[in-house]
Parts: sequence; C-alpha cells; structure tokens
Amino acid sequence: MLRSCLFWLAAAAAAQETPMAFTGARILPIAGPEIPNGVLVVEGGKIVAVGPAASTAIPANARRQELPGKVIMPGLVDTHSHIGGPAGADSSAPIQPDVRILDALNVRSSNIQKAQAGGITTANVMPGSGHLLSGQTLYLKLRDGNTIDELLLRTADGRIAGGMKMANGTNSRRTPPFPGTRGKSAALLREQLIKAQEYREKVRQAGSDASKLPPRDLRMEGLVEVLEGKRVVHFHTHRHDDILTVLRLAREFGFKLVLQHASDAWAIAEEIARSKTPVSLIVLDSPGGKIEAKDVQFSSGAALERAGVLTGFHTDDGVTDSRLFLRAAALAVRAGMSREKAIYGMTMAGAIMLELQQRIGSLEPGKDADFLILSGDPFSVYSKVLETWVDGKKVFDRSDPKDRLYAVGGYGASHDQDDTYVDDEEGS
Amino acid sequence: MRALFLFLLLAAAAPAQIAVRGDTVYTMAGPPLRDGVVLVRDGKIERAGAGLAIPAGYRTLRARVVTPGLIDAHTVVGLSGWLNQVHDQDQVERSAAIQPELRAIDAYDPRERLIEYLRGYGVTTIHTGHGPGILISGQTMIAKTAGRTAEEAAIQSESMVACSLGESGIDRQPGKSPGTRGKMIAMLRTELIKAQEYTRKMSEKGKEPPRDLKLDALARVLKGELPLLVNVHRAHDILTAIRVGQEFQLKIVLDGAAEAYLVLDQIKASGYPVILHPTMYRSAGDAGNLSYETASRLRAAGIPFALQSGFEGYVPKTRVVLFEAAWAASNGLSFEQALRSITIDAARLLGIDKRVGSIEPGKDADLALYDGDPFEYTSHCVGVVLNGAVVSEIKQ
Repeated sequence: MLRSCLFWLAAAAAAQETPMAFTGARILPIAGPEIPNGVLVVEGGKIVAVGPAASTAIPANARRQELPGKVIMPGLVDTHSHIGGPAGADSSAPIQPDVRILDALNVRSSNIQKAQAGGITTANVMPGSGHLLSGQTLYLKLRDGNTIDELLLRTADGRIAGGMKMANGTNSRRTPPFPGTRGKSAALLREQLIKAQEYREKVRQAGSDASKLPPRDLRMEGLVEVLEGKRVVHFHTHRHDDILTVLRLAREFGFKLVLQHASDAWAIAEEIARSKTPVSLIVLDSPGGKIEAKDVQFSSGAALERAGVLTGFHTDDGVTDSRLFLRAAALAVRAGMSREKAIYGMTMAGAIMLELQQRIGSLEPGKDADFLILSGDPFSVYSKVLETWVDGKKVFDRSDPKDRLYAVGGYGASHDQDDTYVDDEEGS
Repeated sequence: MRALFLFLLLAAAAPAQIAVRGDTVYTMAGPPLRDGVVLVRDGKIERAGAGLAIPAGYRTLRARVVTPGLIDAHTVVGLSGWLNQVHDQDQVERSAAIQPELRAIDAYDPRERLIEYLRGYGVTTIHTGHGPGILISGQTMIAKTAGRTAEEAAIQSESMVACSLGESGIDRQPGKSPGTRGKMIAMLRTELIKAQEYTRKMSEKGKEPPRDLKLDALARVLKGELPLLVNVHRAHDILTAIRVGQEFQLKIVLDGAAEAYLVLDQIKASGYPVILHPTMYRSAGDAGNLSYETASRLRAAGIPFALQSGFEGYVPKTRVVLFEAAWAASNGLSFEQALRSITIDAARLLGIDKRVGSIEPGKDADLALYDGDPFEYTSHCVGVVLNGAVVSEIKQ
C-alpha cells in the first residue's frame, strides 16, 4: 500500500515537471522520415511534440537543451537480455512455466546501468537457457530504481508484462528428465501444452462454480497464459530445421511467437516470412562457438528484410554487451540490411515483438519519452550515446563521471554484477 | 574437373606482379600516401609511393584504403576450432598444470575455418597457440593465415610459452593444484628453479642429465629465447607476474592486463610490453573491471602494446582484431595509433617486424584493402594480398 502511494506520488511529480525541449538535433522519429533540424518536446514523462524546428511550437515555460550536430532517436528495445542476472528454472525438469524471473532479478546489478549507457530503455529480461521452457520473462523499463517494482511494465489489463522463454535444438538436450533428441524435445513440449489445453478446458467448464475448478497448478497457469496469447513465447532456436519445428508447434497450439537468435534465418527467410513470425537476431563477431551457431552470419538481417520479416535484434547480455547494442544493427547494415530497417529493428520492431508498440518504439506525441541522444550517426563506430532518457527522466549522462564509468568500464564498473550468468555455458 | 578448376583458381590468384592502388595507403612507415601505389613482386613489396606509375604486366587492384595485412598479436585460432566440440579444442591439456613442452605446431590446423574467416577481414598474421586456462599450457607460434600445412603457414614455430596467473590459472576442484594464487606461484617458482638447475647441469660436460622436454622448454624461457606470455588481469596479479619475472630475469609479455591502468608505473618500470585484451572483451571474472580506454592509457604511459582477439570459450568463437582496434579508436586511441596496434606495433612486439607489419620494400607483400575507413562498422575488407598472392577479393 505504501509502495503504491509512493508510486502515485512519483507519477504525480513526473506529471508536474517542467516541459523539456530538445532542439537543433537530427531526429530519427521512426514513425516518419528523418528530421534534419528537429524539435522534441517532452512533458510529464510523455512526448508532446516532435517535428521540424520551423513548424514545432515550444512551450514558453520549457527548459531547452540545444543539441546541434547530435542525433535523437527512440530508446533501444533489447528483445532478449539477461541483465540483472536472473536465474530461472533449475536442473530438476526441462519445462518450468511456474518459474518467474520477477522473483530472481537484482536491479542493482551494474549491467543494468551498462544497458542504460548503451541506450537501451526497454529490455525483455529472460531466464537463461538449457531448458525447453525456462520460465516467465519480464519486460522492463530501465528506469533508475531500487526495487524490481519500479522497473516493471503493466499490460492494459494490469498484469505484469512479460513473455515465456522456450528453447530447442541442442540447447536443452542432456540426461533425463531432459530430452536426449530433437524428436523427444518436441514431444515433451507438446505433451505439456496438451495438458494445459485440458486444464484450461476444466477451468472453462467450471465457469463461476469454484467447487468444480481443478486444483491450482502454477505450471498449467503459466502455459494457459501462453495458449491464450497473454504471454508471447520467446523461442531460442538456431538451426534451420529447429526454427521450422518451432513454427510447426506454434501453428499446432496457436501461441504468439518471436524467434530468438535464429542463426540460420538467412537460409529459410521465405518460410519464416510465410508464417508471419517476427525474428530477433543475435549478431556475433564470428560463427561457431557451438554447433548450432556454426553458420551464423551478419547477413540474416538483409535476408529477412528482403523476405519481409519483422526483424529486430538483441544483446543476449552477457553474451554480447548491452553497451555494444547499436553495433549489432550496424553490422547487419554492413551485410546489406537497409539503414531504415536496421534502425527500425532496434526500436519499433522490438516494441511490436513485446506488444508495447502503443507506448514505445518511436518518437510520437503521446508515447513514453524514451529516447537517446547520440554524438553522431547511429551506425558509426565513433558515435557515442551521450544521454539516455526513460519516461522523461535522464537515466544516463556520459558527462557525469559516475555514469561514464559504466559506459567505458574501469575499476568498480562491474561491482554488484552477478556473474553467474556469463559462466553459463548454455547462454545463447 | 574440380581439381582443374582449383588449379586455375590458384594460378589466377598468384600472379608474380601486382599493383595495389589506394586513395589512401597507410604504410605505417611514414605519413599515409594519397593516391598510393604498392608494387608487389615475387611475394615481396617492391616499392610503395604516391602516384607511382604502374609498370606493364602488373595486375592492378584498387581500393579506397590500403593497410598492411593485419596482425593478431594473440589468438588460439587453429588450435581452438569453430565448432567448440571436444574434437577441435586443443588449446589446453588438463592432465598437468605445467606443460611448457607442448608445441603449437603439433596441433595447428591450417584448414580451420576461422583462419579463413579472420583473413576475410584483412588478418594475415596470427600469433596463436596454447591458450589461457591453466598455469602453463604450452607454446605458441606465429603463422600466416594461408598455407595447406602447419609448416607452410608458420613463420615462427616456437614463439612464447603461455602462462596464466590469477583465476584463469587456478583449478578450484577439491584436491587439485594450484588451488590458490599462493600455491600457483610456489609451483611456478619451483619449476623455474628446477630449470635453472637443469641448465647448470647441462653445461657440465659428461654430467648432462637425461633430456627433459619440460625443463628444456623452461630453460629456453630462462635464457630469454622464449618469452613467457603471462595471461593476467587483476592489478595484484600483474604485480606478481612482474615479481616472478624480475626474480628469474625473464622476458615477459603481459597478456590481457584488464587492470593495467591501476599499475601503469610498475608496468612501465618493468619494461614488459602488453598484449591487451580485446577491447570489447566480456567484462566478467578477473576482467570485470576492464576499461575500453586502457589502450589509450597504455599509449599515454609509453608502454608498448598490441591488440589481440584473445580466447573465447563460447560464442563468438573468435573475435576479430580489426573490430577490437576499431573500438579502441572509438575510445581514446587515434585512428593511426589503433591501426599501429594491429600492424607495426604488433610486429615489433612479436619480433617479426623485419618481415611484416608495414608496407616497405623487401617486406612480405601482405596487404588489406578496404572500401572506406577500415574501422567503420559499415566498411568492408574488399581484398587481401598475402605473400604476394590475392587470397580474397570482393568484386565492387
């Protein structure tokens, strides 16, 4: 109760803040064409105006920040991260839909500050891999906060926003009760989803008669949310045939799906396009490191773009560092993806995959004031994230030595970090 | 048929005379050449200059930017394979903590796919071999990124002895040694003292002890023939490396050195050079406090250094020194300083600068061609010349 009072007080304070106007920058609104000399006006945590300097009114009481030569773009959306070091499912079973990383995430972890320094404003934080289903994910706003509650997002019906993490291929293969083959992997997952269909049917038949309800089963509740489309499935999958297996399962059970990693996406872009499934790519400096990533290429972004697939990116932090997130899109551009689709992939595409496109992903009036200020072109190695703003509040400022430590590293930059995740051999 | 095709391909790839013309040619032996031309003959650089006339009979390649072939000052490529399965991982043998007798050339796979991958970014020389992860893992070698056999690829078959201090050299399993930092150094000193003893006995005519491969290798370390390449990240571990190095008057190359910025004065005073961790290395474990700006701090302190792709136990299976230098150039080094760290400075540190590292007459004709600033994410390496042969080329 106290917490919710504080929450509303904080929200009220935000709402009363003086409007801010950012002027003189090149603005990439994503929702429309690039604005060479743009104005962004922010108030109460929301964007109130964005447009060319010549035609965008700035409120008389606005605090102004002049940004000549700089670039403003929406905050980056990382569709697959492990910041905060959450451990999800344990080694007792391959399918654990009852496990929430809500209960496992350390918001004081320094890699959250590093993600802010990398321009990431929203992240889908997932439990690690090695399971067919490793738990419920969280969609976080990277606000400054002392508690997980301060970083949460809520859906329109008040639920905590998040998806479900699944995996196939070699990722979840091990000794029983884990599957030993790909066929077994799919069978185990189908078995549980069918149980969930039956559970859901019992709940439906019980209607308002509580005495007829089946005993509460957290695992089934998690899977029912998947079946009902309340949780998007974020499916770790690399090899071309494993990706197609995922598409087959999604067709059978009708769950919402984002393909995660998709190393071989370049090889089956047309098939993915036909299924209308979005893809979140990992961009790695070289192929290999494990068998299912042996053919990973920078060119997947271009291949998916040509096929018309909604394509985004992720860090899989700590597999790649959140501070290098923009680099992933730049390397996709190196291999033929258009600049427009690559930048869309870092922002709006991710927002759509997390079903947050009404709130984030582009700079438009009414959307959350999540944006970053870059020193130059987003695809140049020499550009730096100068500031990151979430809900109209500055969460990273490169000119502040405390923040700069997280941006460039140095003594203490990784303190508080839970490094159990990076030791996880099954990370990606 | 396929053999014939390959023959034609190889024949086409290796004309005796090549001219490489670049809008900008970074020779690393003087200011950059505008409209530079590099003439290549019989595998060597014949001449380089601005606006040189290209003699008849030379095949001409063009690019926006030309640099010397890049040098990766430390990698495990060729021993640690791309699939990362038991069968292709030869960079560490775990049966004993100290195995300096293991030679890299006996494990180097010149057909490993990652070698070709690195070459595609302009890397023509790699210092590779046994990796970090155990107190003394074995020897390293220097190879060109071409060649069908290890012998063909190698330009130096025994280069350094790889050592790991700090967490990387510790085996924390119960009953295993070294289980602590203190024990690790006691073991290392014990072996070096044995090697001193062995060296002394070997010099007594008629009293030579039976040959011992391990002590042979350590004796060469003591003589300074093989530098000790010490993978070490924490500041106090760096000081330990210097302490042991000074006790035995070793040639040491500090490798990794994430916290070097805390002990710059001591490193400078030791005279030991640094092969710095990949700029974008994972900041975890002993390297948790790494800084993107360490290269520029070393530069400012006047400490010789080069950049490396390092060792990766997972994905990506290798890094690319071109990318690591790019990130250093974005974090305090100038463009040319960053380029030096993967060309001439790396060559000097490895002692191979008479052959590679710069574009000068008489040196190996190793060149990398780019369609823009080589460090920009969206530029491409459009051609690679290695020992005077065009080994990769992208049509523009």
